[in-house]
Amino acid sequence: MQTNVLLISLVGMALVAAAFAFVVVRSGPRDDDSPAIISRGYRIRLGWLLFLCVVGVLVSVWSLIPFPLQLVGAPRAIDVVGRQWSWDIASRTAQVGESVRFRVTSADVNHGFGLYGPDDLIVAQTQAMPGYVNELDVTFEQPGRYRVLCLEYCGLAHHAMTAEITVTEEGP
Amino acid sequence: MATQQADYATLATESMPVVKLYLAIGLIVFAGLMSVGVVMRAAQGASLISLGPDLFYQLMTLHGAGMVGTTGLAALAVNWYFLSRYVRLNPRIFLATLILSLLAVAMIVGAIVIGRFAAAWTFLYPLPANSLGQWSTGAALFFVGGLLVLGVAFLLVYLDMGLAIVRRYGSIARALGLPMLFGREPVDPAHPPTVVVSAVVLIVNVLGIAVGAVVLVMTMLHLVYPALAPDALLMKNLIFFFGHVFVNATIYSGVIAVYEILPLYARRPWGVSRLFLAAWLAVTLMVLAVYPHHLLMDFALPAWMAVMGQVMSYASGIPVLAVTVFGGLLLIYRSGIRWDAASSLLVLGLFGWAAGIVPAVIDGMIRVNLVMHNTLWVPGHFHFYLVLGVLPMVLGFASYLCSNGEQGRTGRLGVSVFAVGGILLSLSFLVSGALSVPRRFAVHDEAWQWLADLGALSGGLVLIGTLMIALPILVRLPRAQLTGAGT
Repeated sequence: MQTNVLLISLVGMALVAAAFAFVVVRSGPRDDDSPAIISRGYRIRLGWLLFLCVVGVLVSVWSLIPFPLQLVGAPRAIDVVGRQWSWDIASRTAQVGESVRFRVTSADVNHGFGLYGPDDLIVAQTQAMPGYVNELDVTFEQPGRYRVLCLEYCGLAHHAMTAEITVTEEGP
Repeated sequence: MATQQADYATLATESMPVVKLYLAIGLIVFAGLMSVGVVMRAAQGASLISLGPDLFYQLMTLHGAGMVGTTGLAALAVNWYFLSRYVRLNPRIFLATLILSLLAVAMIVGAIVIGRFAAAWTFLYPLPANSLGQWSTGAALFFVGGLLVLGVAFLLVYLDMGLAIVRRYGSIARALGLPMLFGREPVDPAHPPTVVVSAVVLIVNVLGIAVGAVVLVMTMLHLVYPALAPDALLMKNLIFFFGHVFVNATIYSGVIAVYEILPLYARRPWGVSRLFLAAWLAVTLMVLAVYPHHLLMDFALPAWMAVMGQVMSYASGIPVLAVTVFGGLLLIYRSGIRWDAASSLLVLGLFGWAAGIVPAVIDGMIRVNLVMHNTLWVPGHFHFYLVLGVLPMVLGFASYLCSNGEQGRTGRLGVSVFAVGGILLSLSFLVSGALSVPRRFAVHDEAWQWLADLGALSGGLVLIGTLMIALPILVRLPRAQLTGAGT
């Protein structure tokens, strides 16, 4: 996911850069027939505007249906409480293929429950907020060591607020 | 072109000293805060500098609050200077805003440096009251109070700007061009884009700062009476509404430099049209509704707010890309524009704003946010907006104001160094985000440190480029007079 996001962003930014480069290279010599340039430009702009609108509708529909934060009905709930600067996690083990529901809250300030997979990339996250319980369903797809990092700045030892969850292969 | 530049000098010379003060202070503070940013990235890289977490987070708070405030003030100077061409503004009120802002800066810097306050510029409730010994309640009160004074300073000048606009145009709605947009009046292409954008800034930022004031006062009350504990989710909504609106209003104020100066270089007018007016009305409404994209990981919020955050996040980019950026490119196409430091910086600013929209909009998607939120992806896109967007607009304005953009080879080289450094810096953040490197970490895993080193190096280039552009401006600034000479 993250690699695709980076690549799509780089392509998008490169297209913006290409448009600027095209115009900068063609900024001269001066053409005094600016009404003709504007008229042609407005036609291109209309197409560009329609393109942006169509892409927006398509991407919105594709990315919002089904709603991405929908709970999948994980059978096991694990309560998580963040506090300066540690995590209380009711269970720190799971099995590959298992879906669990993290019920995340905070005992003091805002924290961010960031679940990192064995490849050290974020699998999923939610905020840990005082007075609220955020529910996050995760299906563990790989065995190994999953790290929990705090993803909301919470003070002096924010970076050291870590925990581990061990995911093992499914039993016989 | 010479005639038009002389026109500027004639109209605005009397208010130049205050604008110069804003610019001088802004440029110096920018360079200082960039150095702080470089030190932070170098500390994360761990190969050159080592900082304790307490000092790192203090510097992080200083860098964030300082950059947001300074960029806001510098962009305000752009906005005020050009608006003063069309309406009668009071330079004394503008000066009073600066003096109040300096008082705010003293309070904020004092809270950080002396009081060791380090709750980040977002002061996310209830962290200011929960330092576990790092800072005192007094330090938190000074920081939050400083932000409140800064907000009052902005409101003061906005009041003057609003009154002046109403006196000249009859109402804010007419300044915004609504009668023209809805066909009650014919479209007047000579209606200044600056006035339209100023009206937008006034509407959204007065609301933003008012909400900011509410949350700041609530935070102060909580600091004094801890039993008075507001709802954390409500406070988060208020803080991000305020922060989002303020930063965007800053960008809009900076864009005025592009609307005003680029047409002089291109020798073509940048007139308003129905689409232009519709775009800015859409921006006004959307910037007020888009802030939930900062709260997508707060699942306690209603789902419709998350959906609105995603949809608005995308939609709010359309007016920018289809109207302002496209209009800017159309303006310079086959115009025979003179490329110098100022014009290059202004076009770079447009580019940074446009390019920064791409990673921002993608991060605004809920699915993506689930793995990108609060990673370095976030500073990646906002450094595009700010370092490559607003800052070049302000520098371009300063360059134009002081030397008609003619800063010789050093200036042109400075722009190149600045651009390369800014792009590398932003990309180093984005790549870090794609590798799930968290933002706001004093200590980085070894695997992430090379990116921090690259960031420090890139930040150093940005600083060098800024100094190459800004130092000659600062030397000229006291004597600078905007005339048609040298064109």
